[in-house]
Amino acid sequence: MDWSALTLSLRLGALTILILLPLGVIVGRLLAFRQFRGKGFAQAVLALPLVLPPTVLGYYLLVAFGGSSPLGEGWQALVGHSLVFSFEGLLLASVIVNVPFAFQPMQRGFEAIPPDVREAAACSGLPPWRVFWMIDLPLAWPGIVTGLILAFAHTLGEFGVVLMVGGSIPGETKTIAIAIYDRVQAFDNHAAGVMSATLLLLSFAALGVTYILSSRIGRRHG
Amino acid sequence: MPTRRHLLIMAAGSIWTAASSPSVLAQAVPTIAAAADLKFALEEIAARFRADAGQDVKLTFGSSGNFTTQLMQGAPFEMFLSADEGFVFRLADAGKTLDRGTLYAEGRIVLFAPKGSPLKPDGNFADLRAALQDGRIQRFAIANPEHAPYGRAAEQALKGQGLWEAVLPKLVLGENVSQAAQFATSGSAQGGIFAYSLAVSPEVSSLGSYALIPAEWHAPLRQRMVLMKNASDIAKSFYAYIQSPGSRAIFRKYGFVLPGEAA
Repeated sequence: MDWSALTLSLRLGALTILILLPLGVIVGRLLAFRQFRGKGFAQAVLALPLVLPPTVLGYYLLVAFGGSSPLGEGWQALVGHSLVFSFEGLLLASVIVNVPFAFQPMQRGFEAIPPDVREAAACSGLPPWRVFWMIDLPLAWPGIVTGLILAFAHTLGEFGVVLMVGGSIPGETKTIAIAIYDRVQAFDNHAAGVMSATLLLLSFAALGVTYILSSRIGRRHG
Repeated sequence: MPTRRHLLIMAAGSIWTAASSPSVLAQAVPTIAAAADLKFALEEIAARFRADAGQDVKLTFGSSGNFTTQLMQGAPFEMFLSADEGFVFRLADAGKTLDRGTLYAEGRIVLFAPKGSPLKPDGNFADLRAALQDGRIQRFAIANPEHAPYGRAAEQALKGQGLWEAVLPKLVLGENVSQAAQFATSGSAQGGIFAYSLAVSPEVSSLGSYALIPAEWHAPLRQRMVLMKNASDIAKSFYAYIQSPGSRAIFRKYGFVLPGEAA
């Protein structure tokens, strides 16, 4: 069992959802309540990572953030090391890949709030930020938590991008998914089996919680 | 809409015919698994084979360890060119192969620095040693020594020169030697060690400079190939073709040392 790989994956997942939480709440709520020009286009862009292979993102990271690109050189000058082969690079990739997994359940959560409740709150003179705190968040939280859990679980399973831009550095870019691949390649089926079972249990638990929460959304407003 | 439905049925029908067409099945192009260091040399040999023999082969490149795992599980490759003979013997011992195969080449490794890198590659690691000390190197790429033969050779060379401890925190590991070369040439790492056969190809050599590492610095990379139990006649003739003088010349051009010849 490669503990450093597991803790690295958990850390990557936790930071990913920490970044996606405020973004998802703002964007998900906007998409749920507002109509604006280009909304379809915006939603299509946000859903792209669902259908694009991770290798496409990996390729763009290599090309756009590689040492020989202007962006890569700028980053290098700013923080002193390259974005590829680094934890920050993985985190950036992971945030991008998980946008639809986090945003879509959050948007559904806000959409499930009955409009008359919000209208009643506005009619009673509640300012918008209090509508947000007292109405939106308490009613949409199952969607928000579902989005976070899905993004977290998906980060643990991310493989393609990490394989392309990670470089398998222990404690930095060698995630649990890469560690499993490495163990299988080294004919160490025992270690691969233990780590796979751990990942299986973690993913199952995450999805179990997600389904319980989503049935809660349905019951309340269905 | 009858026209659209008609089109759909036609499209489905043509896919069905294409999939079940006997001409496709009769050709049965053999699929061949090859170590990633052979990428350029074997493509060239296969192109000649197609011209000379009028028969086709499908080449798949990857890590020798990965192919071995897949072949153990019954992957339908008809022939396997490994970067290391240990993998071939492992398959032979498991009864998956026709015989214990043939040694076809011995690999060499190079120290590579991409364009614009502060590292100057030389065959005795003098500047690499200095660059590791003065911090000019932040990232250094090799193939994963746990399962890639070329990664193991790189590790042996670095260890033998007493540089392993210094380079360890800088290492980025390619999944196979080809990815290590990609990492080392991308400009995101300041240098790397990978197969000579990749470095001499025009695609890679245009990206930087390299120096050959002495063969005595690592255990020989004895590359062995083998026919699997399911090998077709085309695969068998390709196996023989690889040992022909023409193919040996191509291997030599890509920096391989051939069995029975001095370096």
